[in-house]
Amino acid sequence: MTPAAVSAGDTAWLIVATALVMLMVPGLAFFYGGLVRGRAVLNTMMMSVAALGLVGVQWVLLGYSLSFGSSSPYLGDLGWAGFGGVGGAPNATYSAVVPHVLFAAFQGMFAAITVALISGAVVERMRFGAYLLFAVLWTTLVYDPLAHWVWAEGGWLRSLGALDFAGGTVVHISAGISALVAAIFLGKRRDVGRTAIVPHNVPFTLLGAGLLWFGWFGFNAGSALAADGLAAGALVSTHSAAAAAVTAWVLLDLLRTRRSTAVGAATGAVAGLVAITPAAGFVTPASALVIGAAGASLSYAAIQLRARTGVDDALDVFACHGVAGIAGALLTGVFASKAVNPLGNDGLLLGNPKLLGVQAIAVAATILFAGVLSLAILGGLRLVMPLRVPLSDEIAGIDVMEHGEEGYHGGDAGALASRPLSLGDSVLIPAGELTGMADGSYSNARERLAADR
Amino acid sequence: MKLITAIIRPERLPEVKAALFRAGVTGVTLTRVSGHGGEREIIQRYRADTFVLEFHEKIKVEMVCSEPFVEPTVQAILGAARTGDVGDGKIFIQPIETVVRIRTGERDNAALTPVNADEVQRHARQEATALAGGDA
Repeated sequence: MTPAAVSAGDTAWLIVATALVMLMVPGLAFFYGGLVRGRAVLNTMMMSVAALGLVGVQWVLLGYSLSFGSSSPYLGDLGWAGFGGVGGAPNATYSAVVPHVLFAAFQGMFAAITVALISGAVVERMRFGAYLLFAVLWTTLVYDPLAHWVWAEGGWLRSLGALDFAGGTVVHISAGISALVAAIFLGKRRDVGRTAIVPHNVPFTLLGAGLLWFGWFGFNAGSALAADGLAAGALVSTHSAAAAAVTAWVLLDLLRTRRSTAVGAATGAVAGLVAITPAAGFVTPASALVIGAAGASLSYAAIQLRARTGVDDALDVFACHGVAGIAGALLTGVFASKAVNPLGNDGLLLGNPKLLGVQAIAVAATILFAGVLSLAILGGLRLVMPLRVPLSDEIAGIDVMEHGEEGYHGGDAGALASRPLSLGDSVLIPAGELTGMADGSYSNARERLAADR
Repeated sequence: MKLITAIIRPERLPEVKAALFRAGVTGVTLTRVSGHGGEREIIQRYRADTFVLEFHEKIKVEMVCSEPFVEPTVQAILGAARTGDVGDGKIFIQPIETVVRIRTGERDNAALTPVNADEVQRHARQEATALAGGDA
């Protein structure tokens, strides 16, 4: 007796896709966790896991309604607060043949991972309590309105004709910009430029990147909200872009340093997946190859540039998500094709430069909104509480001081790396600060010694 | 009596141990250390950051020997630890004034000979012979 028929196939796929996006959060925890030092691994991973919890609660109580409820072009109402009226029946606007509550849950996973993405910029120094408050406020004041603008019926960017298939603006540009703001606002870690800060577990990072890639099929292909040709096309575009991005990154690494790194391959995959996110359902796989490679290359350049600034965006969230996200959103305006998706539009290459302009407006609006509001949230929080752990805690290790536990007993990955503790961070020296022993003067000394004999 | 301290490559430790046992030197203390010698520094890169691993992992082997064992010990380590590349390590030899075995109160040379030294040496030589026979 349901008013509209639920499609079993579409519903089954969307349930799986929802679970896939959920898996991206622990994936992100591993991706980030491997990149920090051993004494901060738990805090780093907890920032992702806690987002899964907190935003999950926020989404049911308030978030879904603020994002997708109908009222103004800028924000939803409270009609669906507490998932009231959101049930097993389809919703004509958002999910014509799948249960409304499933659509809401699927969207909730996106909200959870978005704020978790930001955490990579503030690792090893942000008070956990302050982060939790930030996560709730940011999701409510930044994510929910943005999602409304782009995806809700009547949202102003959607009405304008901006294309964002799976969240390039809402998720990645907003997270990237907010991460940059947060990194600058909090200031850099004490050890930056002082000692070598080296990823403590590169296999974790590869594992995380693998889980993210896997989950991204749910993220992008699930955004078709159906088990159909569009979903299949989005999946293939997603994989093509990621493959091209890994290839581009490995080649760039080889060109620059004659070594291709595992951290680089993992980073490249994520950058490519970010870049294809807004485009996945609007472009051909061939276009996806270009978008993935371009996103990764720009992200690569951004990381090199970031390293020369004083900004401690510790895990390069802005370079990965902000830069690749902006590239992807704009390239969607270049490569989009009605032949791929009749609900989309033709882009610049198919003679419609107007779409590129609309995409640029969406990008600029997202940057402005997310940047200004993130600054306001952090500024407001700092009025009522310190955002950073005390310096002594930063030195002792944020895991022990903030959480009362250690990832690895006995200090910085001592056990895991099965190396003596004396081989910890202290013997790794930034290449710019070589001592006399290790630079040219040492070999000169050896030559002199040989000549004396 | 001499204290012989050898800094060797970790990957040569099994050979060095076997050679020492064959030579009858069975009182050995190992420490994992990191050190800087003449080896080329290892470069590591993570994203935009480049680091130089200035210190290499090494094993420090310490033995106190009576005079007749000093030269055989040095020869055993030389034969087993050498690869011919920079970074093979060093051997330091210092005089030792007194040795006391805690269990018995024995002193000096009497305190230096492990009770099972002959047995360990016999086993080590049998193993070496078996290995050589297996290779042939």
